[in-house]
Amino acid sequence: MRKDLLSIGDLTRDDIYLILDTADAMREVGERTIKKVPTLRGKTVVNLFYEPSTRTRTSFEIAEKRLSADTLNVAVAVSSVQKGETLVDTALNIEAMAPDMIVIRHSSSGAGHLLSRVCKSRIINAGDGMHEHPTQALLDAFTIRGHKKRIEGLKIAIVGDLLHSRVLRSNILLLTALGADVWVCGPATLVPPGIARLGVHVTTSVDEAVADADVVMMLRIQHERMQGAFFPSVREYFQTFGMTRERLARARPDVIIMHPGPMNRGVEIASDVADGPYSVILEQVANGVAVRMAVLYLLAGGPEAD
Amino acid sequence: MPILMDADRIGRTLTRIAHEILERNRGVDELALVGIRTRGVTIAKRLAAAILEINHHEVPTGALDITMYRDDLMRHAVGPQPLIRKTEIPFSIDDKRILLVDDVLYTGRTIRAALDALIDFGRPRAIQLVVLVDRGHRELPIKADYVGKNVPTSPSQSVQVHLTEIDGRDEVEIRES
Repeated sequence: MRKDLLSIGDLTRDDIYLILDTADAMREVGERTIKKVPTLRGKTVVNLFYEPSTRTRTSFEIAEKRLSADTLNVAVAVSSVQKGETLVDTALNIEAMAPDMIVIRHSSSGAGHLLSRVCKSRIINAGDGMHEHPTQALLDAFTIRGHKKRIEGLKIAIVGDLLHSRVLRSNILLLTALGADVWVCGPATLVPPGIARLGVHVTTSVDEAVADADVVMMLRIQHERMQGAFFPSVREYFQTFGMTRERLARARPDVIIMHPGPMNRGVEIASDVADGPYSVILEQVANGVAVRMAVLYLLAGGPEAD
Repeated sequence: MPILMDADRIGRTLTRIAHEILERNRGVDELALVGIRTRGVTIAKRLAAAILEINHHEVPTGALDITMYRDDLMRHAVGPQPLIRKTEIPFSIDDKRILLVDDVLYTGRTIRAALDALIDFGRPRAIQLVVLVDRGHRELPIKADYVGKNVPTSPSQSVQVHLTEIDGRDEVEIRES
């Protein structure tokens, strides 16, 4: 493992399996009456969130607290950023107080890499712009492996707003590295050019993507990042790309359906699918804590001596 | 490479300890075994089997990984973190008499970590310590209740326990390291 977790591309296959196996052990801590272990006692973790986030921030904070780290949330809306301070200055000021790790969520791609260059603290990327969201991909893989016992050889369909999705990019890197057969699907206007070079099948037909899939992963339509019209209307989008029971019937009978959240019900996913028997969406949230505990623990140890 | 215990000796020793456990606790009421990963778990399972044979009662058996409680975590500047494995204690330890099982008792630091870990799971009535080999050199005030074999060692030596389930053979050996 390197000093920081910025991209899935920084991880070897062995690193990925180590994180998943460690998460397996970490999950047990959450099932205890006393959900706390002393592992990161005396470590300080700063959660620096420049974008709204409920799930990821809460998940990191619970993970940190279960490992006994001291945590501190910097809410950007009430911080000096509003007074004009730059990202690097904010980070250097936080670092002057000697935290051990900084978890950063930022609307600009590469924000974590920038901090990594100027900070001695370990940096964990909790989502940077349209680039990557590595811990989400790790928890997705953890959830898939929990159900399917493997990742290699599975057909995994990822459907939705491909263009704006950092979850997609991290998932493609991770799932292809572990040997999955990844299909991505969305309206042509929301397919990033050149995405096939990442080793995935690209289609605009949901039926083709979902056919015999072991896993169907839906991505949110990110209205807040859309400048311009990418599809005629939400209603039409749902008609063409929304995941319904009828569409899902083409998948394998033991398919699982995933969504990184927050969901737009009736836009990318029908409510009866989101709440249905194949859905593991809330399990993903639960697994997120265990996976983040694993990442925090493994990074706290320091990089391997080269 | 001197052999301290062979397969026969290990088998008889575990049978003897099983009898001692039953004698001292006047039966199996409220008893539970918790082995410390890795080889403590194997020994705990064998003790459970021995008690079943003597007494026809199944004693619940769990596995404890103490890595998250180690006192040397985060103290090395570089190097990967020790591997964490699963703790599996599928029963409540509240008001139980817990038999904590490990292969070798040395500094006592592993047992200290295990006691802290166990207390996080509940409040047992008592915790008793079972070890196959006590090699001395304690750094903490910890003493075993059941000892397979006391072995005088020097700190430069290492005591290796091999068990069939993991290592393909039953043997305890002492090495110069």
